[in-house]
Amino acid sequence: MGGMQGLGEIIPEPEGSPFHAEWEGRVHAMSVASPTRANIDAGRHQREKIPGPEYLAMTYYEKWFRGLTELLFLKGFATMGELATSKAAQGTEKGTPHLLAEMVEPSLTQRGTYLRDYAGKPLFQPGDAVRTRNLNPNGHTRLPRYARGHTGVIVAAHGAHVFPDSNAHGKGEDPRPLYTVRFTARELWGEAANPRDTVSLDLWEPYLERA
Amino acid sequence: MAHDHHDHDHDHGQQPPSDMALRVKALESLLVEKGLVDPAALDAIVDHFEHKVGPRNGARVVAHAWSDPAYKARLLTDATDAIAELGYTGGQGAHMVVVENTADVHNLVVCTLCSCYPWPVLGLPPVWYKSSAYRSRAVIDPRGVVAEFGTELPEDIEVRVWDSTAEIRYLVLPERPPGTEGLDEKALAALVTRDGMIGTARL
Repeated sequence: MGGMQGLGEIIPEPEGSPFHAEWEGRVHAMSVASPTRANIDAGRHQREKIPGPEYLAMTYYEKWFRGLTELLFLKGFATMGELATSKAAQGTEKGTPHLLAEMVEPSLTQRGTYLRDYAGKPLFQPGDAVRTRNLNPNGHTRLPRYARGHTGVIVAAHGAHVFPDSNAHGKGEDPRPLYTVRFTARELWGEAANPRDTVSLDLWEPYLERA
Repeated sequence: MAHDHHDHDHDHGQQPPSDMALRVKALESLLVEKGLVDPAALDAIVDHFEHKVGPRNGARVVAHAWSDPAYKARLLTDATDAIAELGYTGGQGAHMVVVENTADVHNLVVCTLCSCYPWPVLGLPPVWYKSSAYRSRAVIDPRGVVAEFGTELPEDIEVRVWDSTAEIRYLVLPERPPGTEGLDEKALAALVTRDGMIGTARL
């Protein structure tokens, strides 16, 4: 939704508890502890699949709740009947939680990485001019609409990272080189933008071509 | 810990369905019954996000960078390791980049696609950061957004917006306010605000 106008007011909020109702904390915690959390890209994609008009009317944790519930069903962790009745189906064997209480702190503070080995050679390096491809996939992508078909400059190369366009669909991590690409505000938004301003995005190589 | 039901919970100020608390409770009881989640783990996760992470962590990073030039240099070249030196590591902080505000440059961080935010140093994002309004406008009208938070950016300052589209998370290193030369790190950290580290404010 980057660059859209008319999506309402920004309402500042003081620093304080991140949750504004107890159920929000439980939704956050269930989402983090859920066996579906292993694939963060699939979780994001599931929330993106909420139809636009509904998505815009929902609060943040309502979206998380909906995404979690749907993913539990789609990944086979719960049946429609179980989700409707909130009771385990008869004869269901009780599983072992993926995340136990004593593992919460070590797990939440563990140093992770999305960097992966990559057999190929990255096509670009800092300083290169690139154009974003005009890609409009049906599935998950991290190339925002507002940045498609625009010319920018690579300002950093980050090695090969897990590629969400593949990983979100269970098609494997398919690591691809990741770059930070800087666009002038005028390139993205036209002549009315301040000529000094820029917008930088982190974009995978398949989104880019040489300019 | 208080669990007040505030209006600023929502994108458009509408009330959530009154049954959300019940529906969430029902899902939790199902997941516990099926052995998919440990209720004590859920308590520990809530506690982590309410008490262990938050913008005070980031403020310590900033104050340390203001006080120690060698640390600041490390922070600007390898933020992930430099932040880990102070003990802040974990999910949504795997790959950190720190961007520095100067007299000539102002940085603003957003995630237009969802709600990406550096959890280990800032905790979970405020509602406005996750709102459609902020996500849509920060990239096209950063000066207008910052002005709404109370800071008019001069015409000749360069505004750099960072859209967190991958697993790299951004933290703004604000300029050290003038007249703070005698302050120790604790006093400096108290001057650092969450909004200053997102870039919607200048200190």
